[in-house]
Amino acid sequence: MSGAEFLDIAVLVALGLLSLALLLGLYRIVRGPSLADRIVALDMLVLVGVGFIAAFGVKTGFTLYLDVGIALSLVGFLATIAFARYLLQAPRREPESDAPAAGEAGR
Amino acid sequence: MSGVGAVVSGLLLIAGAAFALIATIGVLRFPDVYTRMHAASKAGPVGAGLVLIGLAVHAAEFGVVTRALAGVAFLLLTSPLSAHLLARAAYLSGEKPVEGTDPDALREAREARIGAGTESAGAR
Repeated sequence: MSGAEFLDIAVLVALGLLSLALLLGLYRIVRGPSLADRIVALDMLVLVGVGFIAAFGVKTGFTLYLDVGIALSLVGFLATIAFARYLLQAPRREPESDAPAAGEAGR
Repeated sequence: MSGVGAVVSGLLLIAGAAFALIATIGVLRFPDVYTRMHAASKAGPVGAGLVLIGLAVHAAEFGVVTRALAGVAFLLLTSPLSAHLLARAAYLSGEKPVEGTDPDALREAREARIGAGTESAGAR
């Protein structure tokens, strides 16, 4: 097996693993149970997305995807900071309630 | 590109994707938000960074390698920052740690400040 063939297979394996990670993170975002859990999962999904973009850059050969990945990680960092600030100022509610009210689930 | 570079790049891609998957499994399986953060904020940046380095090895150009390294450095710098901010915000918004969390240093420090009468509203 030549190096190029191994790289082709490795890219496919990496994309498969990242897809699985994306689905699991999505499940945690849907499930919650609290806003902080969703923010942590969203932070993780941004990192998985950066990995996705870089792996896609290897697959297609366009290294310009690298800039897209760096920009995405920057936006994800700012989003996490903004969500953390929001979490500080959000109205308090019972952290034990596993099923949030309908109005709060969509925040 | 050379065969060795392709193999190294492929191994880095698989390792990075595996790190990202393990971090997400941690986010899924750990019991409370702080332990989930522990998984996501350490293994996550390493996973994304390894895939970026894999792209740099694959391209093997000066501009691409420096940008990839800058991206990795940015990831490693920002993820502890955001994790710290998020953990503090979650604690102050009333998120409870899992049962059996023994030394709660932040609560002890806040109680000491309340005892000293210097607690400001919300302590933000």
